[in-house]
Formats: sequence, C-alpha cells, structure tokens
Amino acid sequence: MDGSAIILSLQLALVTLLVLLPLALVGARALARWPSRARPWVEGLLALPLVLPPTVIGYYLLVAMGGQSPLGQWFAALTGHTLAFSFTGLVVASVIFNIPFAVQPMQRAFEAIEPEVIEAAKCCGLSGWQSFARIELPLAWPGILSAAVMTFAHTLGEFGVVLMVGGNIPGETQTIAIAIYDRVQSFDHGAAGAMSLALLLISLATIAISYGLADRLLKARRA
Amino acid sequence: MSLNIEVRHAAPPLDFAVELPSGEITALVGPSGSGKTSLLRAVAGLLKPAQARIALAGVVWDDASRHLPTQRRPIGFVPQHYGLFPHLTALGNVETALLDQPATARRERARHFLEAAHVADCAERRPRQLSGGQKQRVALARAIAREPGLLLLDEPFSAVDRATRKSLYVELRQLHAKRPTTILLVTHDLDEAAQLASHLVLLDAGRVVQAGPTTTVLTCPTSIAATRLLDIPNLFAATCMGGQLHWGPHALRLAAPAAGASHFAVLPQNVLLVRPDRPLGSHLENLLDGRVCDVMQMGTEALVWIEPAGLPGTRVQMRLPLRALERYRVDADTVVRFSLRPSDIVPLAS
Repeated sequence: MDGSAIILSLQLALVTLLVLLPLALVGARALARWPSRARPWVEGLLALPLVLPPTVIGYYLLVAMGGQSPLGQWFAALTGHTLAFSFTGLVVASVIFNIPFAVQPMQRAFEAIEPEVIEAAKCCGLSGWQSFARIELPLAWPGILSAAVMTFAHTLGEFGVVLMVGGNIPGETQTIAIAIYDRVQSFDHGAAGAMSLALLLISLATIAISYGLADRLLKARRA
Repeated sequence: MSLNIEVRHAAPPLDFAVELPSGEITALVGPSGSGKTSLLRAVAGLLKPAQARIALAGVVWDDASRHLPTQRRPIGFVPQHYGLFPHLTALGNVETALLDQPATARRERARHFLEAAHVADCAERRPRQLSGGQKQRVALARAIAREPGLLLLDEPFSAVDRATRKSLYVELRQLHAKRPTTILLVTHDLDEAAQLASHLVLLDAGRVVQAGPTTTVLTCPTSIAATRLLDIPNLFAATCMGGQLHWGPHALRLAAPAAGASHFAVLPQNVLLVRPDRPLGSHLENLLDGRVCDVMQMGTEALVWIEPAGLPGTRVQMRLPLRALERYRVDADTVVRFSLRPSDIVPLAS
C-alpha cells in the first residue's frame, strides 16, 4: 500500500475542486441565462470530456503542455520545468477533464430557478450580486454540492488522462489509480487490492457524506 | 405624478401610448396574447422595447438614450405566480425588499407590511406552506414594502378561488385607500377590472382600443373593437340617415347626431321591457315589438333573447331580474314590446 499515492490523489482532487468550482459556478450561471444560438456548441465543447476517450483528451493536453507548444515553452521559461509530467500539469488536466462534471449539475440547478423569482429579486431592488448571493446561490446549492462531489470523486478515480499527462512519477504524478495499475503490472496483488479497497471506501464515504448532508439541508429547508 | 407610457416593439407587437392618472388603480384589460403582460414588463424594465418613453411624475425611466435598470425603478411588482423566494420565509421575502434599510429596522418594517396584508401569522412559513391567497398577500406585502411610486399587478388574482378573490379585492381597495399609490393592474377579467379600477385601458394586439374612466369605457364603447372586447352582445349593423339610425324596418332616434355610424350597441341591461298594461312614459322611446327566442336563468337574473319584428335572425339580449321575469311572464315565443332609449344607443363607426 502506497500512502503517498493516496495523499497525492486527495491533494489533486482538492486543488482541482478549489480551482474549478468558482470558475464553473460563474460559467454555469452564465450558460443558464445565455440566450445565444451558439449555446449548444459551447455546451457541446464543455461536455466533450464525457464522450471522448481519456487517451484522446490526454493526448491533446500532452501536446499542448509539451516543450514544442507555446504554452509548454512559456511555462518552462517561467518555472524551469515542463508542464507535462508535473503536479501542476496534472491539475491543469484535471480541471479540464472535470469541466462537465462541475458545470452541468450547477447549470441545471441555475436553470431550474423560475425566471419569475429572478425578476422578483430585481423588482425588490436587489443588485446582480445581491440576487446571486441571496437568491440564486441558496436555491442552486444542491447542484453546487453535487458538482463538488462529482468533481472530487471523479478526480480520485481518473486514470487515462492522468497517465497520459502525468506519467507515473511516484510522489509527483503517481495517483492512486496509477499506483494500482503499476502494482498489478508487477503482480503485487496484495498492494493493488489494499489500495483499490482504500479508493473504494474513500469514494463511497465522499458520496455518502455529501448525500447525507444534502438530505439534512433539504429537511431543514422543508421544516 | 402621472405615468406616461409610450412603447413600440416588434415581438410581441406593441404600439401603445397612454397616460395613467396618479394615485388611481388603472386596469389594463385585453384577451390572452394582447400584450398586457409584455407592457407591464416593459414598464418594470424587464423587457426592453425597440422604442419606449416611460416616465413617472416627469422622471424618465426609458427613452432613446436611457434605460433605467429594474432595480432602480421605484416599483412594486406582483407577478402572476407571485415569484416568492422559495427558500425564504414570508418574513424573509418581505425583508429582502428592504435591503436598503438598516438591518435593525428591516424586520420590524417587514412585519408591519405583513400585518397590512393580513398575513402576519404566516411570517415564519415558507411559500410552499402557504395557500394561494396567502402567497398572493405575501407577494403584495413584499411589493408595497418598498413604498413604491408605482405598483404593478400581473393577473394577481387568477390563481385563487372565488371567495379568496373577493376578499382580496376588498383588501386591495382598503390598502389603496390608505396609501393611494398609482396601480397598474393587468387582467383579462372585465368584472375584476370593474370592481377594482377607476380607469380602464382596453388593449388588443398591442394597441389601445379605448381608455378612460371605468364606467365610461364599460357603458360607452367608442368602436366596434371595444364593443367586442367589452363582450357587449348587442352589436348591430345599421345605417344613419336624417339623424336617425335605420335598423331593418325600424328608425331609431338618437340622443345626438351620429353621421357616419354603421353600427350601434346597446348594453343588455339597457334594453327595457315595456309592460302592455301600463301607460307609456315619455321616457320610453324607440319602441319595438319582438318575439322571445330564449330565456336563461342565471343566478339572480335572467338573460332573455328577443328577435325584433322585421329582423329575422337578429337577436337582442336583455337582462332582467328574476322577479321581473316572473311578474311579466316572459317565456319562449311570447311577444313582447321593448324600448331602446336614445341615450342608451351607442352609435359606432366602422
């Protein structure tokens, strides 16, 4: 059992969550109210990670982060090391492949708010920010919670993109999913089994706690 | 202090210009799809028309160069389904309209307005725990809490039962008597408009058909379109000659000359039954004979349809109190005499 892989996975999931959630929140709210004809295309683009094989996304990200690309060169000049095969590179990849998991539940939650309610907030003199903070955010929280849980759990379990972009560097890019694969390849079934069980329990606990929390909050609201 | 509205818009089509009296309740009446709600939304700033000039008491909210955001318009708005904030209590809903006030004063004021709207006992309930009438009252309390210069009500009574609606009418009138705010009420119900509003604007396909004091509009339509919108059944084609209206074989005297009239209207309650056993009063003119086609009792009154002599296929509707129906023994196929007083005949041009 490799504790550092578990810690790295949890770190990656947490950083991804902290970076992605605020961006996705703003994006989801904007998408929910965007009347443009271009909307299905933007939604489609954001949903691509759901349908494309992780290797395809991983490949494009690897090319984009590599030393030949402007992004890769800029990052290397700035930090002295490449973006690919680094923890930062993993975070960037993780944020991108989690976009649909974060955006979609929040977008649906914002869309579910009656337009009449938003208009009533305007007619009550609420500014855009006041309406967001006092009306929309509390109404959309089940979607926000769901987005956070999905992003966190999905990052913990992601394999293909992480392997393509991060490789398999222990302590730097070897997440728990990669470590399990690595152990199986070297016929260390004991360690692979223990880590699989740990990942299973962590994922189950994350989802169960968030469902329980959602349930309690819903009950409190209904009381 | 009046509200001036001039709005032109393509979809939905609106071509509307009207001045609403200050401190009065004005009802905007028209069929579904006539643009009533769009107009209300334009006044609230929720819809930005292609062209608009909207001003309250001389303060311009909308014109070619200006569009005051909804948040900054001194309005209270009760939308059709109330638009209550579902996660907040009734008190929280009203407090949200008072965010510009110090937090300490907010709660007290919110309670005051819930009391004014007769829902103080629902203060801690959330919208889903309220009945239709209670929701409506909370929405009204929230709308008046900002003490707006203009209160906009969009079919506010359409989702409550009849008994609740009646008491809400009374409460709204009482509230308005205490605080005479300018109110613009959208409704498709003429009876509701008649009971609540002192002024009426008839709207069809985004255009003003007629506007004026309620009693004038209800009894004196100025056009065929207004007559139809007012649901006046007695609308007939006639020709105007020599100061008289020629209707089939009948020549009807008018109260005033009406050159160019091609139709006329008479309210059913103004068609008077003449008793054959009584001497004719001088007030009864334009006497016509006819045959009763149909009688229908509706509550405390009856609707009677008469086919005037010499006008086969034409039906004049008359309204009679039930006791008059019994006294005069009006039945199908009875021959009766009725009068259309000159002052009750409304001549109309095409």
